[in-house]
Amino acid sequence: MLAFIARRLAQSVVVMLVVAFIAFLVFRYVGDPVSSMLGQDSTMADHEALRERLGLNEPFYVQFYHFVTNALQGQFGISYRLQQPVSQLIMERLPATIELAFASSIIALVLGVGLGIYTALRQRTFGTGVIMTLSLIGVSLPTFLIGIGLIYIFAVELKWLPSFGRGQVVDLGWWRTGLLTESGLRSLILPAITLSLFQLTLIMRLVRAEMLEVLRTDYIRFAKARGLSQRAINFGHALRNTMVPVITITGLQLGSVIAFAIITETVFQWPGVGSLFVNSVAVVDVPVMAAYLVFVALVFVVINLIVDILYFIVDPRLRDGAKSGR
Amino acid sequence: MTDLPHSPEQPVAAAKPSRWRNFWRSDIVWSYRRSPVTIVASIVATLLILMAVFAPWIAPYNPFNPATLNLMDGFTPPGGASYSGNNYLLGTDNQGRDVFSTIMYGSRVSLFVGVLATLFAMVVGVGLGLVAGYVGGVFDAIIMRVADVQLSFPAILIALLIFGVARGLIPPNQQEGAAVWVLILAIGLANWAQFARTVRGATMVERQKDYVAAARILGVNPLLILLRHVLPNVVGPVLVIGTIGLALAIIEEATLSYLGVGVPPTQPSLGTLIRIGQQFLFSGEWWILLFPAITLVLLALSVNLLGDWLRDALNPKLR
Amino acid sequence: MHSSLTRIAAALIASTMLAGVANAETIRWARSSDALTLDPHSQNQGVTHTFAHHIYETLLDRAVSGELQPRLATEWHIKEGDPTVWVFKLREGVKFHDGADFTAEDVVFSLNRARSEGSNMKQLHAEVAEVRAIDDHTVEVQMIGPSPLYPNNITNTFMMDKTWSEAHDLQEVQDFGAGETNYAVLNTNGTGPYTLESREVDVRSVLKLNEGWWGETPAVTEIHFLPISDNATRIAALLSGDVDIVQDVPVQDIERLQNSAGFKVETGPENRIIYFGYKFGEAPLKSSNITDSNPINNPLVREAMELALDRDAIQRVVMRGQSVPAGIANPPFVNGWTAELDAYPKPDIEKAKALLAEAGYPDGFTITLDTPNNRYVNDEAISTAYVGMLGQIGIKVTLASRPVAEHSPIILANESDFYLLGWGVPTFDSAYIFNDLVHTKNATHGTYNVGLYSNPEIDDKIIALGTETDLEKRNASIAEIWKVVKADRVLLPVHNQVLAYAMRDDLTLPVHPENQPYMTMVKFAE
Repeated sequence: MLAFIARRLAQSVVVMLVVAFIAFLVFRYVGDPVSSMLGQDSTMADHEALRERLGLNEPFYVQFYHFVTNALQGQFGISYRLQQPVSQLIMERLPATIELAFASSIIALVLGVGLGIYTALRQRTFGTGVIMTLSLIGVSLPTFLIGIGLIYIFAVELKWLPSFGRGQVVDLGWWRTGLLTESGLRSLILPAITLSLFQLTLIMRLVRAEMLEVLRTDYIRFAKARGLSQRAINFGHALRNTMVPVITITGLQLGSVIAFAIITETVFQWPGVGSLFVNSVAVVDVPVMAAYLVFVALVFVVINLIVDILYFIVDPRLRDGAKSGR
Repeated sequence: MTDLPHSPEQPVAAAKPSRWRNFWRSDIVWSYRRSPVTIVASIVATLLILMAVFAPWIAPYNPFNPATLNLMDGFTPPGGASYSGNNYLLGTDNQGRDVFSTIMYGSRVSLFVGVLATLFAMVVGVGLGLVAGYVGGVFDAIIMRVADVQLSFPAILIALLIFGVARGLIPPNQQEGAAVWVLILAIGLANWAQFARTVRGATMVERQKDYVAAARILGVNPLLILLRHVLPNVVGPVLVIGTIGLALAIIEEATLSYLGVGVPPTQPSLGTLIRIGQQFLFSGEWWILLFPAITLVLLALSVNLLGDWLRDALNPKLR
Repeated sequence: MHSSLTRIAAALIASTMLAGVANAETIRWARSSDALTLDPHSQNQGVTHTFAHHIYETLLDRAVSGELQPRLATEWHIKEGDPTVWVFKLREGVKFHDGADFTAEDVVFSLNRARSEGSNMKQLHAEVAEVRAIDDHTVEVQMIGPSPLYPNNITNTFMMDKTWSEAHDLQEVQDFGAGETNYAVLNTNGTGPYTLESREVDVRSVLKLNEGWWGETPAVTEIHFLPISDNATRIAALLSGDVDIVQDVPVQDIERLQNSAGFKVETGPENRIIYFGYKFGEAPLKSSNITDSNPINNPLVREAMELALDRDAIQRVVMRGQSVPAGIANPPFVNGWTAELDAYPKPDIEKAKALLAEAGYPDGFTITLDTPNNRYVNDEAISTAYVGMLGQIGIKVTLASRPVAEHSPIILANESDFYLLGWGVPTFDSAYIFNDLVHTKNATHGTYNVGLYSNPEIDDKIIALGTETDLEKRNASIAEIWKVVKADRVLLPVHNQVLAYAMRDDLTLPVHPENQPYMTMVKFAE
């Protein structure tokens, strides 16, 4: 077990380095920060001077070396756009994204598992058909359009919910939360729903498929034959067996929800790390972009590690596999 | 769960009845005939695909030829009187393009990008997933770590980055011609990891099973084991991911164009049309957004429903 | 403002922010992006300047009419007997937010800071040799040579307090390479009408009235500045009552907002020209099927391209009437503009085709048009429309549409054969356009002369403009340069942008030609 975790950790470090490298490589191509930093009243000489000052004229590997050594100390430099330390910007924005991702994951998990079970047990009913179809419409529309649509209905026409932002926030130490005020909670509803739709569909369909599969196995038939109640079979045995893939997918999704939030955050002007990233892309704010990508990778690697370990514990067959496979 | 999965639609000795009757009675067709939703979905999908494929011959206008456009016809409402006197069934957009024709041509672009990107992702993902799950060891570790790297970014971000790199590598004046291919590559590479992870997981489980162990001991070629025994068992999950993936690829293309990258605006895809139409949501020109959006939903929905059915039909365990 | 919900919200805000002024008139003001920094000399960028104008002040600024008007300087003139010195008389009795007096020393400090290496404002002060304090309220600016238009350059150069700045080590502007944040990025001490209450970057900045401000007390006593980047969300925020004023209104939403009860839109011309540019010179184009010559270098082709451009159709359909078609790449506010120069030809497809044939391209040619898609109002749609128009005369255009962050480097590296760009003229004088767009490209001039147009005779005239003190002679020279620029079709102007501010209909806020409205000018209906 320890060896397994140690190996995973070592792999994670490699992953982080590779992410950093790719992130860094890519930014050489997404545009030139200098032209957006200097604006209209600048000469070519000014451009050259700034490039020199930012170290953009140094060879690629030198820049990468500086980036990694600084990143290891938590230093991601100064944002070109906002002139503030990047790590501070990300820490300020993080609570908003985490609260949004958390809220949307809860919606997705509760509704996804619930609806998945319902549609598996009531297989050929009208309700199931409606749910399955609606869930598909949810993933058949681009996120930005769903967001705009919800804003139009619930903010502009009905005026029930705020159209943008995070509402009133309360400072709890360094964590700035919107969960403790009425306006904060109201502001959370639309973006959380928007963000959860995709996950919800995925979880629901997964739970349904797994449930259906497990319900047909000999082992459930045997349980039936033993005279266990339908309820005990459904929830005690069938559901428990579907949980392994659900844990995997939900865990994996949790990481990408944070990253997936970039569109939702942009549409709702939600002040999280995703909208920070989008604003940075527009002006090629390389320090913020690089730090964001490394941060997302870190979140994902950690979640992945946890899921792997859970998997290891839950499914004993994989334990042998892990040993003999390596 | 331990029996060898035989495809029931391949009878051992079915010489007598005609091939057609044989097919008509097969399980897969039987399940199709029993499901009205699937029939409707397949009709809708077929119509949309035909419309897209034959757009150059059946569309009333060619919106991709800028020289034929009349800008002054812009914002003509559906069936409304246009400046030039031309008739536009579903109205025109902000460039005076016929919305109906643009949807046909746009579906063509979207389907082309979506199908090729998904196929690309599927081939790469399934291939790597099978091998990683079966071979294990260092190879598995490398593949899965790469998948982790990949999955640690949202697909849309990866596509954006690949798009950016490709832009950097291709000289500026050739970028537009290559845009569609770059898009396919970007979306495809952004989505392979989902396939790989799922297939790899299923392969690892299958590999433990007695029949695979038996085949291995018997000295069956590993490639044959993978294709014959393991692959059929992962078809279900792959189809789920593949169908959602196709819809997703089309939507990713739309999102990319929302972020300002993607196909040239003179040859809009459905996604680009929605992006353009979205600007007019509050100004009253609803048709510019509504019709492409409906088409996109219908397309994605029918493909998804077909995928659902196909999964159930191909997986005897679920019947 | 008077619904019970708003009152509850206001009470909540008051309780959490420990503040609450009776009779406060709060304005929630939304824009598409946030001010980049509070350091007044660090970024030369519109949004940043507009926000800074509420906290800091300049010696002079521009009225809504575009005229220069006194602000912290009450008088300004060229020193008698020395055309190379500008004299500024300062307003007396002005205090910084921290209570310190505003004096000539502060002006010297601020101008020198704006000229320093890390400042993005330094190009506007390139002609300054030295700044001297004569007495507490008189400053002399020694120029390198005669600089008759220097006051036009200082409308966005803000005054900081020398003592406060030195106490916080602010002599230098933020250095990006340094890895540390300058104190002034997040902290302010100006002389302006509002003080900074709180700031969350990209989220919300709150300004409170400066009770000791020298000007007439404004109606707005509190400002919530709210960046909302998505166009639809920003308009939705106004329609749903979450904000009071939206400064960046998409043209297509103007009509709907004007027709919605409770809202109105103020429009006015902006000082910004949108134009197409193309590559001059003998070298073949990179993106064309004509590989042995440059078709655009032929004046007949350029004329044909102009005749294909239907400016009125673009104005009516793409811009929804919200633009002023232009025949010269010079906004009407700017010195050197005349109605005669601004006239443009009627589109004539037949004649354009004939000209192309005469030039030796009866079948047209192919070319790529580079356009930004998030910089100017409907930039991509304008380019798309022109692609269609050129198609009608046989020029097959591939449209390359990119975000401005990708578009700019291609433009600045002269990679583009054919491009769309916009140009604002903060000095309100043609020389500014000539310097950057017409003069032969070198290290200090012609930065945005992407087409590499080069005319040594014109270059000499442009350089001479900088030091010509006889305004009549100078204007004559400007007119001559424009004549050549128009005849050569150096640039192909499309239109001037129109600005639109949308707001609650009980408010008034006039449109400012530089898009720098002051919330002090907001009036409430009785």
